[in-house]
Amino acid sequence: MADKTAYERVKAARRPEKISTAELINHLTSGFFEQHGDRLEADDPAIIGGIGLLNGKPITVVGIQKGADTDENIARHFGSPTPEGYRKALRLMKSAEKFHRPILALVNTPGAWPDVESEYHGQGSAVAQNILKGMQLKVPYITIIVGEGGSGGALALACGDRVFMFEDSIYSVLSPEGYASIMWKDAAKVEESAEELKLTPEALLADGIIDKIIHEYQPGDDLSELRDFLDQEFSQLAKLPINDLVERRNQRYRNF
Amino acid sequence: MLRSRFKMPSHEELVKRMDAIPDHILRECPICDATFFSLRAGSTKTCPNCGYGFRITAKRRAKITFDSFEEIDKQMTIPDRFTDEKYLTKAKKAKKVTGINESVLTGIGTLDKQRVGVGIMDPFFVMGSLGSATGEKITRLFEEATRKKLPVIMFTASGGARMQEGIHSLMQMAKVSGAVAEHSRAGLFYVVVLCDPTTGGVTASFAMDGDVILAEPHALVGFAGRRVIEQTIMQKPPKDFQSAETVMAHGFIDAIVPRLQMKATLSRLISLHTKENVYGR
Repeated sequence: MADKTAYERVKAARRPEKISTAELINHLTSGFFEQHGDRLEADDPAIIGGIGLLNGKPITVVGIQKGADTDENIARHFGSPTPEGYRKALRLMKSAEKFHRPILALVNTPGAWPDVESEYHGQGSAVAQNILKGMQLKVPYITIIVGEGGSGGALALACGDRVFMFEDSIYSVLSPEGYASIMWKDAAKVEESAEELKLTPEALLADGIIDKIIHEYQPGDDLSELRDFLDQEFSQLAKLPINDLVERRNQRYRNF
Repeated sequence: MLRSRFKMPSHEELVKRMDAIPDHILRECPICDATFFSLRAGSTKTCPNCGYGFRITAKRRAKITFDSFEEIDKQMTIPDRFTDEKYLTKAKKAKKVTGINESVLTGIGTLDKQRVGVGIMDPFFVMGSLGSATGEKITRLFEEATRKKLPVIMFTASGGARMQEGIHSLMQMAKVSGAVAEHSRAGLFYVVVLCDPTTGGVTASFAMDGDVILAEPHALVGFAGRRVIEQTIMQKPPKDFQSAETVMAHGFIDAIVPRLQMKATLSRLISLHTKENVYGR
């Protein structure tokens, strides 16, 4: 897989046939109970959140879901959450903390939804809150970048104890198109910007930004290995005294 | 009669004369359209007609806001691992223009004898973007303020993440937030002043984390920029959709404070938050 160019990796991360967040949730957990709404004003379908059993143990999952077709994509704004989506995620994460459930965040977004309404509703503030509170949560918190991990919109759900990436995924400060547009005023120079951004899992692992690369799963694949791996990671993190857990998490980011 | 003694110069001649006037002598206020001699903007760089505050360097802001200011981490700058020549040339120029080594000036200041941790971002240093050293300086400022039990005043002015530093820039948002959280847990006061412009990753982290959030009038405050919105979802945003006034109307800013009243306002807020609370416990 490492022989793919950065741009090929971008395309692979965006493939519509990729395993979806919803399928991951449904097959990693059993009896998933989905929860809706930010308890303020809306329910953003770009975020799926709720409680499920991972190998029989309750966990909270929040994930960013893209649409399977155009209609669904419009409803889910192409996997770009609105402030309401981030607030729903934070509400569920706080609820997880209250009931001592670990948190699994699944990220697949080109970035937070850029529209006027989201600006009015405080997109910056919503992302900021998720980062600030996310880093203080007193429960184990693991993120998997499933496909795209674009800018602050991804970081909002990736401030935990461990960050993993699928083989065909990318994580960067901005989408390659956005980067090309800012650096060379030419959004078409995507191949070059993909190289410069060092957005592949291998580059990010070497740089210490992520902790592990997880091999790619196709729709319909047996996920038991991934399930056991996550179970093990959560168990290890849960053994730490709570203050140590939060302290180590802060240290993880302090070193950047 | 008198008029006939003066000959109207030709258009070309007028253009030539205009060119001979240095651009910086006159200034036009983007808010009230008043034209005035630049000198009249004074050391605070404000419009003499309406009080609008022009963009200023961090050093100037420190000087006009605090009674004293002692810089910390003065030498800290872009880490060696970033070697792109174009970037380093840009940074070199920025250092010359701003007189600082990164896009934020940090230190300990005094306001009416009250000691405060101070961070001031400089919009003239690579657009005030959030580099690794910017994040490190702000993090250290909060750590220092937590140790010394001081409140923090943070003036934000930033185009957001620093593209040239890629994912490392993004990680600064988390790093700074960790230090802000620690400061807050210690029960200490954090006030943000949103200056023109505050956007992107800075808005999406420590700019929105203040106990009190102030803004300068007409400052641009937002997450996604106008061009990004136009090009990504083909929506045309209204004129002032990201002005501090609009953002305040949507509930994200406590008060808009003109530059000439900033010092007094900050001093009052610090005092209100550090006075012994006789009703508490």
